Order: sequence, then structure tokens, then C-alpha cells
Amino acid sequence: MRHRRLPFIAGFLVAPVVLYLVYVIWPYLQTFGYSFTDWNGFSPDIPYAGFGNYTDLFKDEVFLRALFHNVVILTVYPIITIGIALFFAFMLNVGGSGKTAGVTGVRGSAFYKIVFFFPQVLSIAIVAIIWSRVFESSADTGLLNSLLLKLGLIDHDHPKLFLGETDSWPFKGLSIGDDITLDSPVVLWCLIAVAVWGGVGFYLVLFSAGMQSIPRDIYEAALLDGSSRVQSFFQVTLPLLREQISVAWVYLGIAALDFFLLAFALPSVGVQANHASEVMSTWMYYTAFSAGRMDKFGYACAMGIALALFTLLFTMIQLRVTRSRDKIEF
Amino acid sequence: MTTTTTTRHTAPAPTPAAAAPKQADTGGKVLGVFSHGFMIVWALMVTVPLGWAVIQSFKSDREILTKPLSLPADWSIDAFGRAWTKGHIGEYFLNTIIVMTFSLTLTMLLGSMVAYVLARYSFWGNRIIYYLFVVGLTMPIFLGLVPLYRTVQNVAAILQNVTGLAFVDWIGLNTFGGLVLVYVAYSLPFTVFFMHAFFRTLPTAIAEAGMVDGASHTKLFFRIMLPMAKPGLISVGLFNVIGQWNQFLLPKLLMFPQSGFDKERFVITQGLLNLANNSKYETDWARLFAGMTLAMLPILIVYLAFNRQIQAGLTSATIK
Repeated sequence: MRHRRLPFIAGFLVAPVVLYLVYVIWPYLQTFGYSFTDWNGFSPDIPYAGFGNYTDLFKDEVFLRALFHNVVILTVYPIITIGIALFFAFMLNVGGSGKTAGVTGVRGSAFYKIVFFFPQVLSIAIVAIIWSRVFESSADTGLLNSLLLKLGLIDHDHPKLFLGETDSWPFKGLSIGDDITLDSPVVLWCLIAVAVWGGVGFYLVLFSAGMQSIPRDIYEAALLDGSSRVQSFFQVTLPLLREQISVAWVYLGIAALDFFLLAFALPSVGVQANHASEVMSTWMYYTAFSAGRMDKFGYACAMGIALALFTLLFTMIQLRVTRSRDKIEF
Repeated sequence: MTTTTTTRHTAPAPTPAAAAPKQADTGGKVLGVFSHGFMIVWALMVTVPLGWAVIQSFKSDREILTKPLSLPADWSIDAFGRAWTKGHIGEYFLNTIIVMTFSLTLTMLLGSMVAYVLARYSFWGNRIIYYLFVVGLTMPIFLGLVPLYRTVQNVAAILQNVTGLAFVDWIGLNTFGGLVLVYVAYSLPFTVFFMHAFFRTLPTAIAEAGMVDGASHTKLFFRIMLPMAKPGLISVGLFNVIGQWNQFLLPKLLMFPQSGFDKERFVITQGLLNLANNSKYETDWARLFAGMTLAMLPILIVYLAFNRQIQAGLTSATIK
């Protein structure tokens, strides 16, 4: 028995580990390696570039604009999503009327959870098709515009542009030097809205699970001490959900720094050409694969590594700030 | 989470006013109305765009373009037929199912094999391999995207050169085999991570009894441990079904005709977005919406059938 242990272990590991090393780890390492070269992606000679690609990043006005867009997303997307998800989770689990002294959820909470979570399992293609028609900039065909028309908020010939709106809101674009613009175009806000729409259900379920592990006696005790529902939310629920909220923040932050799928699939070609909805990941993708920039392969790799470093940095800071030092067990 | 929801769900509806203390009651009621109000609004925000898009597929193009908010005059299902044949949705469906049959089986098999060995056997290098998979869990796919294209191409070419067999046609670019291997590779980190935690929680006594009976390590795994891990397999399997069905980046990168003679082998997400882009030139909006509805159906069915496991599986991935 004993002597057949090693062949068994090796036999079980070899195929998956090789597969994983070849198709996942090796490309990651290559990205890292090529980021120090000026390789164009196909020629036989690979010129070494040192940190040249990385210093070039800070002169690339599109990259800097995209970086700022990511910062905008990073600032608003997590907080809105967590806020709404927390509110709903509280309502579903603790906010119900009556019954055992205010520690019950509203009726139909299972149904709400099913509905709210659903966008999470939809593919980006479906999300893109639906929302591009919802945001369609025509009062004849777009869902939102025809609703606005019905409500008399727009007139027929001046529909809202939504995904086509490249003007910055709520502040005017900041110009630094001649080419660098820092802005938050309306199209970006539309993308964030779609992201929130898709994300709330997931975090609602996450927080819900956390809330249900909080013993009910704590709420009952708080209620006996005369605390209102709002008080018990801020003074009981929130502190005990610290761990889950911290995790959610990290995940939403990573999603905000990535944001590839929405920014890639939703905006029209014209908006993409304007870079109004550009984020770091899409700019990396176009740099690497669009025909006009074929010689920028190494540079695109540097962009990818920079993005990964930003993500790592953010995660570390986030964990340091929000992780509670003393864990509460119950 | 599951248990609490279930108990509340099945418990007889209480009479609110009778059970609650007087002064908490009025505040609770106001809050209850508010919370219901907000949640109904959000539920509408989720369902209305979806339902609206589905309804478009029953309309004529004229209606879609002139009366966006109204219901179709007559509910026509022609668009579904057009989407299935002319829009190639049927073909994309078939492609996706072929790919996923193999990629899912392989993912689950290889993933649980690695997880089992790492969870139950101590040997030199165990931790290294485990952390190697955990690293993959934290990396975004697009980071490796740029060289992945070359890697798929080169691996097939090298194997073809060494063996003289037609590897380029089997696992090269724009082949189902190549896509399957890449899907498996990128699904492994989470599968291993999840199943590793699961195998650790299984009792050792049964495994030991099996050993005493003289079962080989392999037999022990397939006959005893794998069946015991069924709940975990279902959770992670559903996760992979959704993830691979919705996968867009990898096929976008790897699955397009490599030459004039090469066939188009799109999977569903990719094909649907392609249809969306084409519809800008040859307008058949109803067909596009019908295609979208068709692509959504399998996921909707899986979701409704397993929503508890899916919610639990997806969120538990975050916690650890």
C-alpha cells in the first residue's frame, strides 16, 4: 500500500498542474517578461526596453485619462453598491414589521433575493444588449428616453444621449498641460449604473448570510434596551458585519479597477474612439490587439502589470484599513 | 443561511399586531411599508429591462422602432426561428454545448483530483502547488490575455512538430479542443480551492476503513471520497456552468477563423454580441432580442432550479 503512494499522488497531479502551468501561469509570467521589451508581438527579435514602457505610461494621455476613470469608478461604485445592498439586506432580515419584537425580515424575502441576484448570472452579452437598448439615444426606440418623453421631461427631438454622452459630469473635465484630461463622462456613469444593477443582488446575499449568523438575542437585547431599528442597524448590525463589508469592499474595488467587460461591450465605436469610457483594462486590450497599434505589444504588457500592481496595492491598503483587529466570535 | 430562510419560509404567517408590543408596532409598520416600497422598486428595475427586452422579440421591427413601450399587436414567434437559423444561434448553442460537455467534465474531474490529493496527502511541495492555484484565483484573466493567444498557438505547433500528429487542428487556435483546455485551466483555481476546503471537512474514518479493506488510493477516491463530496461538487459545478456559459473574453481571443478556409466556431456569448454588432448594419431587431432570450433561457432554468446552491456557492467563494 505504502509504496504506491507517490505514484498515485504524481498521477493525480501531473495533468492538471501541467495544464495550469502552461495556460495560466506561463502567460502571466510572459506578460511580466514582455513588459520590459519593445516586442511588437510577431517579429523574431525582441528588443530590451528596461523600464521604458513603465515610464511611458505616465506620458500616455489616454492611459492617464483611463486611470482617472478607474479612480472615479473606484470611489463611487463600491460605496453605492454596498450602501444599497446593506439597506436591502437589513430590510430583508431584520426590517420586517411586527412578529418577535422587530427581529424578523419582511415577507417574501426569499423571492426578493431570487430576483435581485439574477443579473449576477447573466452573461455580458445579454447585459450589453439589454442596456444598450435601454440607454438608446432616441425617443422612438430607447426605453429610458421614451419613458422620459412620456413623463414630459425631454422633447422628442432632444433625447438624452446616455451612452453617447462624452461630456463630463458633475464637474467639467480637468485639463493638465496640453493633452491630459481628467474627467468623468456621462457614459461612465451609465456604466457604473449598470454595474450597480448587476452587483447589488450578490452583495445583498453576502450580507444576508452574515446577518443571519448574528444571534437574534443580540437584537432582542438591543430592543429591550429601547434602541430603535435604525439605532440597532448602526450599532449592532454594522459592527458585526465588519468582516463581510471589508470583503465586499475588496471585491468591488478589484471589479472597479478591472471593469473590462462593461466598458468593452456597451459603448459604441464612436464613444470608444473618443476614449470617454476608456478604463485601463480596455486600453490595454486595444493597445495589444487593435490593428493600428500592432507594434505596442510590450507596452500593453506593461499596462497589464501596472494594473495588477494597482489592484494589489489597493487590496493591501483596503485590508489594512478595514480588517478588524479583534474578531468577534459568536 | 439556507436553514434560516427555509424555516422562516415554511413557518405559519404570524398575525403582526397581536404578537408585537404596542409602541414598536407603528414604527415597524411605517418602516415595513417603506422597505417593501424600495424593494418593489428595485425588483422592477431588475425585471422591467429584462422583460421589456424579451417582449421585443415578439414584436415586428416596425413596432420596435416606433412603439417601444407598447406590447406587440400580435405575438409573433417568427423571430425565434430567424435567430436560431439565420442568426446562427442554434449553431452557437451546439458549439457551446460541445465545448462545455468536455470542459465541465474535465474541470470537475481534474479539479477534484488535485484538491483531494492536496487536502488529504502530505508530501513535499504540497503547499507550493496549493498556493500556485490560489495565486491564479487572485489574478484577473486579462493579465495573461496578451500572451495566451501565442501560447495556445505555440503549444499546438510544438506538439505537432514533436509527434507528427495533427495537434494544430485539435488544440490550436479556433478549435474546440483548444478552448476546452483553456477553459479547464482557468476554471481550475476556484475548483481546486473550493473542493480542497470541502475534502478537508470530510471524516477520515471512512477513508481509513476503506484502506484497511485493501482499496487502492485511486479506488478510494472514485468509489468513496468523490461520492461523499457530492454537495461540494454540485456547488462548484454550478459555478463553473454559469462561468463557462457566460465566458466571453477567452472565446473572443481564441475563437475566430484563422484563414479564409477556416470555419467560424463561435460560442453563445460571442455569437450573440456578434449578432448585436451585425444588427447595426442589417436591422433585424426582433431577431437579436429573440437570440438574447434563447441564450438567457438555459441560465434562467438552471438559476431557478438551483438558486439556493448558486447563491450559497457564489458568495461562499468570496468569504474565504
